[in-house]
Amino acid sequence: MDQQWTCIDGNEATARVAYALSEVIAIYPITPSSPMGESADGWAAAGKPNLWGVVPDVVEMQSEAGAAGALHGALQRGALSVSFTASQGLLLMIPNMFKIAGELTPAVIHVSARTVATHALSIFGDHSDVMHARTTGWAMLASASVQEAQDMALIAHVATLRARVPFIHFFDGFRTSHEVLSIELVSDDDLRALVPEEDILAFRARGLSPDAPLVRGTAQNPDAFFQGREAGNRFHLATPGIVAAAMEAFERRTGRHYGLVEYAGAPDAERVVVLMGSGIGATEETLQTLTAAGERVGLVKVRLYRPFPAEQFVAALPQSVRSIAVLDRTKEPGSPGEPLYLDVVAALAEGMDSAHPRFARMPRVIGGRYGLSSKEFDPGMAKAVFDELAAQDPKRHFTVGITDDVTHLSIAPDTEFRYQRPAGEVQAMFFGMGSDGTVGANKNSVKIIGENTDLWAQGYFVYDSKKAGSVTVSHLRFGPTPIRSTYLIEGADFVACHQFGLLGKLAMLEHARDGATFLLNSPFPADEVWDHLPEGIQEQLIHKGIKLWVIDADKIAAEVGMGNRINTVMQPCFFALSGVLPTDEAVAHIKASVEKAYGKRGPVIVERNFAAIDRSLKELTQVEVPQAVTHSGSSGITVPDDAPDFVRRVTVPLLAGEGDLLPVSAFPVDGSFITGTTKYEKRAIAREIPIWDPELCIDCGKCAIVCPHAAIRMKVYEPAWLEGAPEGFRSKDFRSKDLPGHKLTIQVAPDDCTGCVVCVNVCPAKSKTEVRRRAIGMEPAMEHRDAERRAWQFFDSIPPLARDLLPRASVKGSQVLEPLFEFSGACAGCGETPYVKLVSQLFGDRIVVANATGCSSIYGGNLPTTPWTVDRDGRGPAWNNSLFEDTAEFGMGMRMGSEARLARARLLLERLAPRLDGALVRETLEAPQDTELQLRAQRRRVADLVTALQALGTDDPDVRHLLALADDLVSKGVWIIGGDGWAYDIGFGGLDHVLASSRNVNILVLDTEVYSNTGGQASKATPRGAVAKFASFGKATPKKDLGALAMAYGTAYVAQIALGANDTQTVKALLEADAWPGPSLVIAYSTCTAHGMDMSQSMEHMRDAVRSGYWPLYRFQPTATEDGQPFKLDSREPSIPVRDFVSTEARFAILSRTHPERSERLLELMQADVDERWRYYEQLAAISRTVHSVDSPQYEEDSP
Amino acid sequence: MSRLATNYLGLDLRTPLVASASPFTGQPESALRMQEGGAAAIVLPSLFEEEVVREEVELSQVLEQGAGSFAEALDYFPTVDAFESSAERYLAVIGQMKEKLDVPVIASLNATSSGGWVRFAKLIEEAGADALELNLYRLGADPTRDGSGMEASDLEVVRRVRESTDIPLAVKISPYYSALANFAASVVETGANGLVLFNRFYQPDLDADTREVVPRLELSQPWELRLPLRWIAILRSQLATRASLAASSGVHTGIDAAKALLVGADVAMMTSAVLRKGREHFATVEKELVEWMDANEYTSVAELRGSVSYAASDDPSAFERANYVKILRSWNAPHDPTSRPQMP
Repeated sequence: MDQQWTCIDGNEATARVAYALSEVIAIYPITPSSPMGESADGWAAAGKPNLWGVVPDVVEMQSEAGAAGALHGALQRGALSVSFTASQGLLLMIPNMFKIAGELTPAVIHVSARTVATHALSIFGDHSDVMHARTTGWAMLASASVQEAQDMALIAHVATLRARVPFIHFFDGFRTSHEVLSIELVSDDDLRALVPEEDILAFRARGLSPDAPLVRGTAQNPDAFFQGREAGNRFHLATPGIVAAAMEAFERRTGRHYGLVEYAGAPDAERVVVLMGSGIGATEETLQTLTAAGERVGLVKVRLYRPFPAEQFVAALPQSVRSIAVLDRTKEPGSPGEPLYLDVVAALAEGMDSAHPRFARMPRVIGGRYGLSSKEFDPGMAKAVFDELAAQDPKRHFTVGITDDVTHLSIAPDTEFRYQRPAGEVQAMFFGMGSDGTVGANKNSVKIIGENTDLWAQGYFVYDSKKAGSVTVSHLRFGPTPIRSTYLIEGADFVACHQFGLLGKLAMLEHARDGATFLLNSPFPADEVWDHLPEGIQEQLIHKGIKLWVIDADKIAAEVGMGNRINTVMQPCFFALSGVLPTDEAVAHIKASVEKAYGKRGPVIVERNFAAIDRSLKELTQVEVPQAVTHSGSSGITVPDDAPDFVRRVTVPLLAGEGDLLPVSAFPVDGSFITGTTKYEKRAIAREIPIWDPELCIDCGKCAIVCPHAAIRMKVYEPAWLEGAPEGFRSKDFRSKDLPGHKLTIQVAPDDCTGCVVCVNVCPAKSKTEVRRRAIGMEPAMEHRDAERRAWQFFDSIPPLARDLLPRASVKGSQVLEPLFEFSGACAGCGETPYVKLVSQLFGDRIVVANATGCSSIYGGNLPTTPWTVDRDGRGPAWNNSLFEDTAEFGMGMRMGSEARLARARLLLERLAPRLDGALVRETLEAPQDTELQLRAQRRRVADLVTALQALGTDDPDVRHLLALADDLVSKGVWIIGGDGWAYDIGFGGLDHVLASSRNVNILVLDTEVYSNTGGQASKATPRGAVAKFASFGKATPKKDLGALAMAYGTAYVAQIALGANDTQTVKALLEADAWPGPSLVIAYSTCTAHGMDMSQSMEHMRDAVRSGYWPLYRFQPTATEDGQPFKLDSREPSIPVRDFVSTEARFAILSRTHPERSERLLELMQADVDERWRYYEQLAAISRTVHSVDSPQYEEDSP
Repeated sequence: MSRLATNYLGLDLRTPLVASASPFTGQPESALRMQEGGAAAIVLPSLFEEEVVREEVELSQVLEQGAGSFAEALDYFPTVDAFESSAERYLAVIGQMKEKLDVPVIASLNATSSGGWVRFAKLIEEAGADALELNLYRLGADPTRDGSGMEASDLEVVRRVRESTDIPLAVKISPYYSALANFAASVVETGANGLVLFNRFYQPDLDADTREVVPRLELSQPWELRLPLRWIAILRSQLATRASLAASSGVHTGIDAAKALLVGADVAMMTSAVLRKGREHFATVEKELVEWMDANEYTSVAELRGSVSYAASDDPSAFERANYVKILRSWNAPHDPTSRPQMP
C-alpha cells in the first residue's frame, strides 16, 4: 500500500476519520475542538462524501447539550453518528451520554481535552473534562500524539460498533489538537478494511423503526431497574478485548502497534511512571536517556482508560517494579487521589489479592498532578518524577511543574536535565505578532518540510491572550527521526524576531543555544542595527556566539503591496539561514504554496508574494557582532511606582512571560483579582495615534464614545486645573450652557491606543479651509509618543467632572463620565467594547456584571490584566463570568442577592431607627435614587449613617450587621452582558426565563451575529445569506428576531441599538434600560472581524446597516397607559437597498463569488426579510398596548 | 442582406445600432432582451483593472484579518475552495452570452497599466468574445508626466493587449488627447481594428452639506453627439478603411444614428437613451433610421456612411474652427438650460 505522509494537526487528523465514518455529525463550537466541527462542516459544504459515498448531515445545535440530544436521536434511528467537544461542552453532554451508554449504542465523541472552569476559565488542555465523563459508561481511549489521534479515532469507531459501548476518544487540547506534525495517513482502503460491515448492519437493525417497533427509554421501578442496569455488564466486560482486537487488526493493516496499556523501558525496571496523553512524549524521551545510562526505569502508557483494563495493566508491569508514580492531568479536591492513581492502586491491590500475585510485594504507589491547563511538562519534570520514586520517603501525593510554597506538594524539576536530541535535528523559534502572518508562514514551512523531504516536522504555536497586537511564538522542530517532544523548545538552533519592538520586551535569546542563528526584522540597516539592540540581546549575542542576520521586512512588504504581512519576506530567510532545505528548493516550495493558497483568488496576491520572496533573499544581510556591549539601560516590563503590590509581584512577571515561575502563594486562593490592571500594561502597539486639534473640535464627544479601548478620553474641568500643564497639553473652552467657564480636553492614551482609526472616521468636525483635516487625525506614533505620554499623565491627574454636573442623556454628557472599562485586549476597532465602556461610564460605580463566556469575558477577564477598573473613590463594576449557558440566570441570582441584602439592611435600619436620627433614617429608606444627584445624596446619607452607627458602638449585633450592609442602601444595578451565541442559542432558555420574570436586571446583548470568540461560527443571530463557519454555504434561514420574542412578554424593556447609526439613541436606550424596574434587554449591533470588513469603518457599517433597514433601531417601553404606544421606531425608513450594505462585507460577498446564484437568491430573500420586518415594525409602532404591571415587581410578584 | 447591414471590426452586424456598456449589458438575461429589442451587438461593461486588483487584495486582507493571532480563533472564515473573482465572473458571463445570443458579444477591458493583468485579454478571447474593446480611461493629473509620455504608455497598453489576443480590437478613447488625430492614427498603427469615440468622463460632484466628493452618474444628452460627430468626420477621412469607427455619447434617436453614419461611423452605440427609455428603444431608433433613409432615399448604410465626412463634406472647414464662428453667430438664448451646447 502506498504510504501517504502529511503534516496536519490533531484536530484535523481526527476529524478526517470521524467524517469518513459518519452519517450524522452534530456540532457546537468550543475551543479547542471547534476546528473538528469546522472541518466537517466545510467538507460537507464542499460535497465531500463519507466512506460510503454519502455526504454526512452536519448540523450545528444550540449547545453541546443539544448536540448530544441530536446525536442520541440519530443513533436511535440507527445512523452512524459522531460529535466533537471539550471541557464544559462535554459536561453538557453527560446526561445524554448516560442514556446512550445505557442503551448500548455505538457512537464516538472526539474530545480535545480541556480544563473545566473552576476558580477561572481556561481554554487549555488537561483531563479534567474527560474525567468527569468516566462514570457515564462510555469507553475512553486516549491518544498521546497527532499520529495517535488519527489512529485511535479509527480504533474507537471500529471498536464501538463491535462492542456496542460508546467511546470517548480524547487527546490533549492544544498540545495535540493544535500541534502540526508529520503523520502517516490512513487511507479509505484502510478504513474499508478495518470497519466491520456486519457490525454496521447489526447496528442498523437495532435502530428504532415503525416497521419493527420497540420502545426504549422506559421508566422503571425498584423491582426492575437494578437488574436491568446489570444486564449490559458483559458488553463492558468484553470491550477491552474488542479494543485489543481492533488494535491488532490495525497493526496488521498499517504496521503501527498499539496496546491497551503499553510498557516501555528497562525489562528489570524498579521505578515506573504511569500516565496517558501527550505527557507520554516527554516522559518517553526522559526514559530513553535514563535507560541508556543504565537506570532501571520504565513507563506504562495507558491508552484504554475505560473500561480500565486492570489485568492487562498489572501484566504490563515488570515483576521487578518496586515503586510506581501515577501522573494525572487533572485535580479532584478532596479525593484520596486522582482518578488514574486510584485505578492503579485498585488494580494493584486486586492483583496482589489474586491467587497468583505478580509481585512479591505490593509496589509503592505515589500520585502526582502535572500539566493542568497545558502547563509545560518537559523531560526535566519527568526526570523529577523518576527521582522522586528513588527517594527514601517520596511524597505520596505531589505536583510537578509548579512551585507550591503553600502546601509544599511540588517536587522540583531537574533543570539541568536535557534529552539528547538526535543528530541533524533543527529547533527553531519565531517571535512575531498575530497580524504579521508569522504563524501562517511557519505552519506552511512545517508542511513544506514534512511533505516534501525525508525529514519529520513539528510545529506548535503559542499565542498570548490579546486579540489586538497579540504576540505569537512558534516552536518548530525538523529532524531525521520521528519527533515526540511534546513540549516547548528549550534550546533553539535558530531564533527569528519578526517584530523589532519585541526585542526589549521578551528575553528571546535566552532560548537560543550557543552558536545559534538569530534572524531579525530590523528597520535599521546592518551597519547601524547593533546600537539599537537592547543590552540583554547584545550580551546574549556575544556570549553565545550567535550569528546575527537582519532584513527590513516591513519595508519590503510595504513596497510590494503586502501591507504588514511580512511572512513571505521572513520565510525564505529562515530557509536560507537554517539550511533545512537547499534555498532554491525551499523558494520553489514556498512559491508553490503561495500559488496554492492564493491562486484561486486571483494573480495579484500571488505576484506580490513572489516579489516579496525574491527581494527577501537579496536583502538578507549578516551583521558582524562586535566584541562588547554598547547599549545600556533596562528593558522589560516596568510599572509606575504607585502600582499596587499585587501588580508588581504577580502581574509584571505574567506580562514578562515568566508566569510559570510564580509560586502558588502568589495567587489568590479563590480566583478573585483586583480590577484596573490593564493600565499597567503599556503595549504601545499603534503605529499611528490620533492627535486632537482643539481649534476644530466641536465638543461632540463622538471620538470618545466610539473608542473601543477607552484610549480617547474627554474631560471637562475648571481652568485652574491647567496649572502645571506640560508643554503641548491642549485644551479649549468648553461650549455648554449647562456648564459655563469650563475647559475641555480630548486626550489619547498613546500606549493604550491600538491605532484603529475609528475615532477619526467618526469625527464630524472638518476644517473649513482643508476638508480632509478633522478635529482628530492620525499621526505617526513615534513622533508624538513622548509628548502625548506627558500629556496623558497630566490629563489623568485632572479629576473627572462630578457625575451630576452634566445631563447624562447625551453623547457629550455620557463621555465626561469616567470609563470604568479601559484598554481591553479586544480587536482593534472592536464593535462590542464601546457599548461595554458606555455601560461602565453610565452606571459603573454601582453595578455588578454577570458576563457570559465569549469575547466579552475574554477581553473583559483574561489574565494577565483586566480592563474593568475603579473610580477615584475605589468604586467600579464587580464582575464575574459563570458559564456560557447560564448568564441570565447568574445575573438574576446576583439581583436576588442584592435584594436580599437590601431587605436585611432596611429591616436593620428600621429596627435601629429609634436610636438614630429620625430624618436620616426616613430619608435613607425613602429618598428616590434615580438621578446622579439623588445617588450622591444617598451616598452622603449612608456615610452619615455609618458614622452614626459607629457612634452606637459595635457591641450590638444589629449595628455590626447594618455596618456590613450599609452600602447596600445605595441602589445597585445588575448588568448581564454576553454575545449572540449566548443570548440567541445556548443561553436562550435562561434568558427567556429571566425576561419572563419581573426581576430588575439589565441585559446587554453584543450582537456580532456570529460566535466571534471561537472564530466565527454561525449562531441563530447570523443573518440569512451570510457565510460563516458552520454555514459555509451561506445561512439559509433568517436571523432570529430576539427583540420581538422579548417584546411578546410585554413586561420587559427592549431596545435595539447601533452606536454608529445613532449614538444618542444608544445612550438613551441604556439609560431607559437601567431605569426600567423589570428586566431590560438591549440588543447592540456590534461590528466584528468575522464580518470581513475594514474595522476602521466600524461606525460607517453600523450606519449603513441601519440605513438599509437591515438593523432597525427601536425602543419598547411597556406602559400602563390605556392608549400608550410602547414601541418606538427610532430609525428612518430604509433609504438604501440591503444589497448596498451587504456588498461591503466579506461574510456576504464571499457567497456571491463561490455560489453566485445562491447568493443572488438569498439577497432577494434578505431584501424581502428587511421589507417585511420594516412593515411589521411600522405596524407595531402604531399599536396601542397596555401592560398591567405591579409597581414593585422585584419585591412582590415572584414571592411564593 | 438587409439595407441596414454594416460591418464593425470585421464583424457583420444586422444594423449599425450597438448597445454600449451599461448595467443591461452585464447580465446574459438582460443582454438577450437587448438583442430581442434590436441591438445588433452587445458591448459588455468594462472589466476595470483597479477593481480586479482591489477586490483581490481587499478580500484577501479581510479574510485573513485576525488570523493566527488568538488561540481560540485561528481564523474567522470557513475555507473557501472554489473562489470566483470578478474577473472570472466576467469571463463566465461572456461564455453565457455567447450561448444565449446570436449577435456579436464585445468584451471591454479598462486598463491603466500594462502590467501582467492584460492577460485577461487572452482569457476574454478564450471565453468566446467576438471582439474586445479596450477602454483607455486616464486623467492627466500627474504634473510630472507630459502628454507624449502618457500617450506612449497608452500605446504600450494597446500594444500589449494586441499582442495577447487575436480577436478584433477596438480602442475607446477620450477626447482629451492634445493631438487627437495623431494619437488615433498611432492607435490604429499599433494594431487596433477600430476606435470608439468617445469615453464619457463622469465628473465627480460635491455634496455641499457634507463637503464630500460624490460620484454622480449623468446620462448623456443629445448635444453630446457633436463631439464624436466632428471627430469621426475628421478621422474617417484620415483613416479611410484602416479602422472601424464607432460613435458613442449622445446617440438618442434614429436621426442621431443617421448623423453618426453620415460622418463616417460604422456603428452608433447607445446607452443613456436605452437606460431612459428601455430596451425596446433599439427598435424605435431602427424604425426612425429606416424612415429617415426612406425620406432621403438611401438604400443602404454602406451608401450613406461617410457621405458627410470631412473629405466628403461640402464645407470641410465647418468641422474645424469655422464651426465655432457659426455657432456663435447662430446663438440664441437657450430654451433648456440643461442642454447648453458644448463650447469647443
